[in-house]
Amino acid sequence: MTDLHSGLLIAVIAAVTMLLRFLPFLVFGNRETPAFVTYLGKVLPYAVMGMLVVYCLRNISFVASPHGIPELVSVALVALLHIWKRNTLLSIIGGTACYMVLVQVVF
Amino acid sequence: MHSELQQDLKKAARDSLPVLAGYIVLGMGFGILLSTKGYGVLWALAMSVLIYAGSMQYLAIDLLAGGASLLSAALTTLLVNARHLFYGISMVDRYKGAGRKKPYLIFALTDETYSLVCNTEGSHCYCFLVSLLNQIYWVAGSVLGSLLGGILPFSTEGIDFALTALFVTVFVEQWKSTKEHLPAVIGVAASVLCLLVFGADSFLIPSMVLITVTLFALKFLRKEVRA
Repeated sequence: MTDLHSGLLIAVIAAVTMLLRFLPFLVFGNRETPAFVTYLGKVLPYAVMGMLVVYCLRNISFVASPHGIPELVSVALVALLHIWKRNTLLSIIGGTACYMVLVQVVF
Repeated sequence: MHSELQQDLKKAARDSLPVLAGYIVLGMGFGILLSTKGYGVLWALAMSVLIYAGSMQYLAIDLLAGGASLLSAALTTLLVNARHLFYGISMVDRYKGAGRKKPYLIFALTDETYSLVCNTEGSHCYCFLVSLLNQIYWVAGSVLGSLLGGILPFSTEGIDFALTALFVTVFVEQWKSTKEHLPAVIGVAASVLCLLVFGADSFLIPSMVLITVTLFALKFLRKEVRA
């Protein structure tokens, strides 16, 4: 692989990523926001965060050991900690520590 | 004015701590992998500054090492990063009037940054600082990983779960902040359904389509009921 081709690949990936990030602002940014975009702006954050959680867990296999147990237990712990204490750092550190112990020591 | 900036910086630094943990680790993972394929620290630096998209950069390592064509690189990026369209759409109003900060705010809108800025009441200055700090963490992680290679004295296996945990806390936070739970339920249900049908490598775009269609159906049905 030549450095030139590698450089071009990086440029293409960067350009497409930028295009995707800028496109909504280029289309809707400079005029009054259409009602459907305002609506999506209100409801999408809730839906997208759900999608991102699923995205993070997409490679779990329930068939093969450890059957997604470390992930599911740790996600449940994060959620419970957060409902209980509502302290973001505590929830994240607790859940991550739990996950690390599970994947390194238990399974 | 000065103390306002300080306050924003303090809050941004505190709120972005989970991303610091996740990005340093994931960034290092990226730098290490990239260097094992023969691409040194300048490549890692260039990619994390210019591309700045975590999962795509991991995929880009394979594209680089395998000498992928420019077209297939463009298509892969389009598919993997299409979710960023969602972030843009939901921040169009929020980032109105951000002035000179706006281009960078948009450029740096990663999953993690989005999760921190999408519900905040914070100023554009706060959002800018969160965005900038996050990219600094990511770049620092990549460079460190590239330079250190695999010589860490302890196992960090599983520490990347910090990012999953971050999204879960934001999800819970959003859930508690509203009585309207249907959008959140739709997001999870549509994604799980598409994951089962299309598989892990290609479920994101179907999920986005299904989520959008369902959200509009929801709005339409509510209007009908009220009318």
